[in-house]
Order: sequence, then structure tokens, then C-alpha cells
Amino acid sequence: MSTRLRLFVLWVGAVGLGLLIAIAIWRLPGFGHYPGPYGDMLNSLAPYERQVTNVVTAINFDYRALDTLGEEFILFAAVSGLVLLLRGKRGESAGEPPNPPDERALVPRSDALRWASLGFIAVINLFGSYMVLHGHLTPGGGFQGGAILGIASILVYVAFDYRSYRKTTPKEWIEVVEAIGAGSYALVGLGAIFAGGAFLQNVLPLGERGHLFSGGTIPLINFAVGLEVAAGFALLFLEFLEETRTPKPEDIES
Amino acid sequence: MNALQVVMFLLVAAGGTLTVLTRDPLRQALIFSLYGLLMTILFVVIKAGDVALSELAVGAAATPLMLLAAIASVRNPDE
Repeated sequence: MSTRLRLFVLWVGAVGLGLLIAIAIWRLPGFGHYPGPYGDMLNSLAPYERQVTNVVTAINFDYRALDTLGEEFILFAAVSGLVLLLRGKRGESAGEPPNPPDERALVPRSDALRWASLGFIAVINLFGSYMVLHGHLTPGGGFQGGAILGIASILVYVAFDYRSYRKTTPKEWIEVVEAIGAGSYALVGLGAIFAGGAFLQNVLPLGERGHLFSGGTIPLINFAVGLEVAAGFALLFLEFLEETRTPKPEDIES
Repeated sequence: MNALQVVMFLLVAAGGTLTVLTRDPLRQALIFSLYGLLMTILFVVIKAGDVALSELAVGAAATPLMLLAAIASVRNPDE
């Protein structure tokens, strides 16, 4: 293909795409003018139908709970895939870990960093737990709270050293917690079937709006997602940080 | 659209451009974190609290942390 023809194809494509984007933007609803009926309907119905004050959580974990189940397993599959990829080389045997924490160089931390991180660990853990438990009442929920808790785990590494980090974030437990979190979501759905409802139907008593124990299965699913996401993020960081070791001769392929 | 929202949209656009134009991966990870923080504030000023919290945890903290770990693992320690 000659340069002129290439340029011609480029310009046809660019002008065509530009036109399509211009038309799409032209037909967009105005800023802040939501056109569909469903959001407004749920906004006014969900607090009474499900006794929750955070409609977003009600949509995620009740009205569209099946979609969220799929999303949760996307995260689960992504974390599992990463673990498989990174551990492939290091081996799966339960013997000596491929990079014992004791072999890591001790990088000194300044007092300012150490004390600031230490303070943040407490506050962030508290905030994350609050968010997981109050997902159906205030903004946030299992996903956000779980991500915050997962990040808190790595602050131990920032504040102290790799050895303390591996002690406070034991890999064997984290893996189990992640699996329990992912599985419990599906189990809550199956439980609804055994209770005589449809899969993931909200069969538990709804309680009183604004209370911690309200919303039926919503806080349960929320908690399961919180466990899964917190453990998933912690596992991601663990696996990535294992890769930051100084390579030994047998780690490097010829 | 009020003035605060306009300012945040412009800042997010600037932050995104700055992230793309930064070539050093280490700096890029830190600027990406700043961009995540700007996105968080944008979501707050358009009243999307749940999304803002997700963006704060994932965009401003988790992704840059993972990038930092990845950069640390591929960097030559002797450099």
C-alpha cells in the first residue's frame, strides 16, 4: 500500500469516526438529565421495598445480585489467574518457601513514615470494616470496604519490614478467606432456593430501615463480598511483593 | 453544571493528560495516583459517593501500589 493510499484510508477513518462521535455527543441527554425510568423508580421504591438506605447496594446485592455474582467471580478468576501465573515458576510444593523473608534486605524506615503508617493502619482497618458492615446504610459496601482493608494489609510492609508483613498477612489464611467469601455469595443464593424462593431472592426478614440488621440477605452478601475483595487484594499484593525479591541464580532462566 | 464540577472536569482532563505524557514509570505511577484522587473528587462533586469510594480505593491506592511493586520487581537493583 502506498503512503498516499494509507493516508487516504486514515483520513476516511478519522473523519468517519469523528462524525459518529459528534452525532453521539449531540444526541446525549443533557448534563444531569437522567432519561430512564428505572433509576428513579428504584430510588423511590427500594428504601420501602427492601428497608435499606443505600439504594446502590440494594441494586448490586438484591435487584441485580446475579450480575454482581458474575462480577465477583471476575475478580476471583483474575486473582486466581495471577496467582497461577506468578507461582508457576516458583512451584507449588509445600516445602521451603522460594524466597524466605529472612533473606530480604532490611531497608530502614524513617520514624515519620513508621509512626504515620502505624496510625493509618488502625484508622484504615476501622474505616474498611465500618464500610463493609454498613454497606446497606451508608455509601460504600463490600467492594469498597474490602479494597480498603486489602490496602491496609500492605501498610505493615510500609511501616516495618517484609518479615512483619508476611507474619500479619499469612498467605494460607488469606487464600481460604478469599474462597470462603466467593463461595458464600453463591451459597446465600442457593439458600434462597432451599427456602422456597428463586436463586438470590431476598428471603430473610427485612427488619427496620436504618438498623444494622436490616435488608434481609443484602448485608450477608455484602459481608461475603467484603471478605472476598479484602482477601483478593491482599493476595494480589502478596504475590506481587514476592516478585520483588533479589533474584537467585536458579530463578533466572538461561 | 456548577463551577466546582467544571473545575473538577478540567482538572481530571489535565491529570489524565499529565499521566500519559509522563514517561518515567515510577513518576507515572505516582501521578496516576494523583489522577485517581482527582477522579474521586470529581465523583464526589457529581454526587456519586459509592463510585468515589471505589475509585479512591482502587484508582488512587491499589493500582499505583501494584504498579510500584511491578516496577520494583523488574528494576535492576544495581542501577
